[in-house]
Amino acid sequence: MNKTSCEVLIVGGGAAGLSAAAAASKTARVLIADDNPNLGGQIWRAELGKTKSPQALELIKSIGSGKVQVMNNAQIFAASGTNCLLAETPEGRIELEYEKLIIATGARERFLPFPGWTLPGVFGAGGLQALVKGGLSVAGKRIVVSGTGPLLFAVADYLKNKGAIVAAIAEQATSFNIRRFGLHLLARPSKLAQAITIRSRLLNIPYLTGCWVTKAIGDEKLTAVTLVSGGRSWDVECDFLACGFHLVPNTELASILGCRIDNGYVAVDEFQRTSANGIYCAGEPTGMAGVESSLAEGKIAGLAATGQSETARSLFAERDRARGFGNALNDAFALRNELKTLAQPDTIVCRCEDVTYGRLSEFDNSREAKLQTRCGMGSCQGRVCGAANEFLFGWKPGTVRPPIFPVRMEEL
Amino acid sequence: MTTILTASGSREFIFDLLQMTTSTKTFDVAVIGAGIVGAACAASLAREGLHVVIVESKNVASGATAAGMGHIVVMDDSDAQFALTQYSQTLWNELVPELPTLAEFENCGTIWVAADDEEMNEVRRKHDLYSSRGLNSEILDERSLRNAEPNLREGLAGGLLVRGDSVVYQLFATRYLIETAKQNGSVLRTGRRVLEITDDGVKLDNGERILSKLIVNAAGFAAADLSPGLVIAKRKGHLIITERYPNFVRHQLVELGYLRSAHGTSSESVAFNVQPRGTGQLLLGSSRQFGAETDEIDHNIVRRMTSRAFEFMAGLRSLSVTRVWTGFRPATPDNLPYIGKLPDSENVYVAAGHEGLGITTSIGTAELITDTILGRETAIPIDPYLPGRRTDTH
Repeated sequence: MNKTSCEVLIVGGGAAGLSAAAAASKTARVLIADDNPNLGGQIWRAELGKTKSPQALELIKSIGSGKVQVMNNAQIFAASGTNCLLAETPEGRIELEYEKLIIATGARERFLPFPGWTLPGVFGAGGLQALVKGGLSVAGKRIVVSGTGPLLFAVADYLKNKGAIVAAIAEQATSFNIRRFGLHLLARPSKLAQAITIRSRLLNIPYLTGCWVTKAIGDEKLTAVTLVSGGRSWDVECDFLACGFHLVPNTELASILGCRIDNGYVAVDEFQRTSANGIYCAGEPTGMAGVESSLAEGKIAGLAATGQSETARSLFAERDRARGFGNALNDAFALRNELKTLAQPDTIVCRCEDVTYGRLSEFDNSREAKLQTRCGMGSCQGRVCGAANEFLFGWKPGTVRPPIFPVRMEEL
Repeated sequence: MTTILTASGSREFIFDLLQMTTSTKTFDVAVIGAGIVGAACAASLAREGLHVVIVESKNVASGATAAGMGHIVVMDDSDAQFALTQYSQTLWNELVPELPTLAEFENCGTIWVAADDEEMNEVRRKHDLYSSRGLNSEILDERSLRNAEPNLREGLAGGLLVRGDSVVYQLFATRYLIETAKQNGSVLRTGRRVLEITDDGVKLDNGERILSKLIVNAAGFAAADLSPGLVIAKRKGHLIITERYPNFVRHQLVELGYLRSAHGTSSESVAFNVQPRGTGQLLLGSSRQFGAETDEIDHNIVRRMTSRAFEFMAGLRSLSVTRVWTGFRPATPDNLPYIGKLPDSENVYVAAGHEGLGITTSIGTAELITDTILGRETAIPIDPYLPGRRTDTH
């Protein structure tokens, strides 16, 4: 059986993972296990999967010179005993032994169920962007971008550049909240400049605040969406709908390793230490606060895991500032309660097992609903419906069971 | 007995009971545990008009019931086991027309797979035994086994097809039984653990008392904590479930060596056992471990299970696994459940310790309990299962 060992194992090669690797590799043998073909994570993914961001390239370059081994296409699916994770790779199963572990597993998109959301043509905003980066053509396609947060702008801008006709950006947050958030941007000139540049490129696209999608319309595939704002509702014809209702942290690995989870996030102390011995966590699993926060957290985790506590401490202020910005963003773009009322009794919530909102409404908690309807038992293992149920019913997600990702039986 | 019967059946009584607190009225029977055994007991007793309260510490069907396979199977480890499983299977078949489609009852049959000629002798012995008890089965030779299950490897000696066996989504079946009980006036209390059984009912972990004339202790392996004298050990098992592969397997397949695994005394064993679910998913077992107290997954055991399975069915290698989990079978020393009145007790009945056969035998257990409580003759002799029996010799 294949086995490899290292001093510091980092799961995830996005912003937090790369930053942790750069910091830790100064003094330790580091292994990054990433499930993508290329480093960079979701945020720095570019055409053909290759990262182009200068910030990312610099980090990748800095780890290239250090004692960092990179394992691409490695899906961590379980823990085995202590200080050992199991990964499925194109070369088969491999055991990864470590002394310290840094979890930098990032986040995924949150999907909210509304009538028609399972129609072909409805995508997560980030998912659609990733598909286009992978080669899907959107030239001449009419697209509605709906959801919340600055991601909507970034995605709309990207799609427009690729020749799409962005029919509308429907932002569920109120214009009051967005203006209030704008004040935070004043304190961060680089972000402000970025926001102004993107906004100016999108001036001819309707940007509707306090507006959200209530229905996706179409028989075989999407043909239009119903938007609502200020009590008025109307239909907009489109080929694609890109939905972005925030991200959900990937806490599954931390969870099976016994790390404490508080309110859906991995609990960490100031050195990014989790409640489990020798295990650190950085980036989105500890809270949604943007790329700067992920970079700072990764660096702190990398330093702390290699005994460089004092250097780590010098970065606390930077991290806390970045987190503060993230918190302001989360407040301004908090999901409104009306979004909880979109699903109808026959709206599918769990796509893998075809479980409707109506059936789920009969239950009091996720465990009971899961056992009685198989909601969350399908191949996505509750990654989609778990977050939806948390939002719709306030249910805490159930226990995570390995494998964290579906795995070939022979690799198990 | 008469008082119990006259006190029953009144809608107003139940209504009063819900209006006031549960502690001010007396139930006829308190069933402890809403696993499939407790649920079946409650449904059966309520159908007879008794006022039943079901007290469950967690959720309906969340213990051993949730962890298991949902195989309705006749087993012949002992005469008593055969009698109870055969009786229960008959009752399941009678229940089928009532079961909602969500219960995914499928009469897929079991094939006991014989690897070699020695195991074929066992197939013939089993066939003769089943025939003598009026149970239909067919001996399959090498070719007919392959025809029945093309994904089994070549060169297996044959098998025994027992057409009467079935699979069921046991969680929904349990819920259905609970709903049946409720429709007949039963009350379900979840989220409260029974701390103690008293002469006049049960005491809960919040200090509350529920008054009841009789108690049915169906608390699985926790039954032994509530009723001294019972011996129930936790026998850990692992299960693996795949994504959907309809028709990859058509019958529940069990290697004949399973009997050695299930009933041997070794502390750790695995056997090839695969079940086609109504969804197209495959459920793969099985392992048995004594003395393993935590629910964590033992990857060595999992590897042993899959290796064993690949020896019979190599095509399983590339199927995608979505979950592995563990559970605990409540095992008695002689592998037979405790069913019937607790010795030296006026008010306590036991329905617990069903090991790996709880889904099959729940329904039969419930009828034995109900008949005993109502003073009726039982359909099969209850003596082999009575809690007062000697379990040290088998």
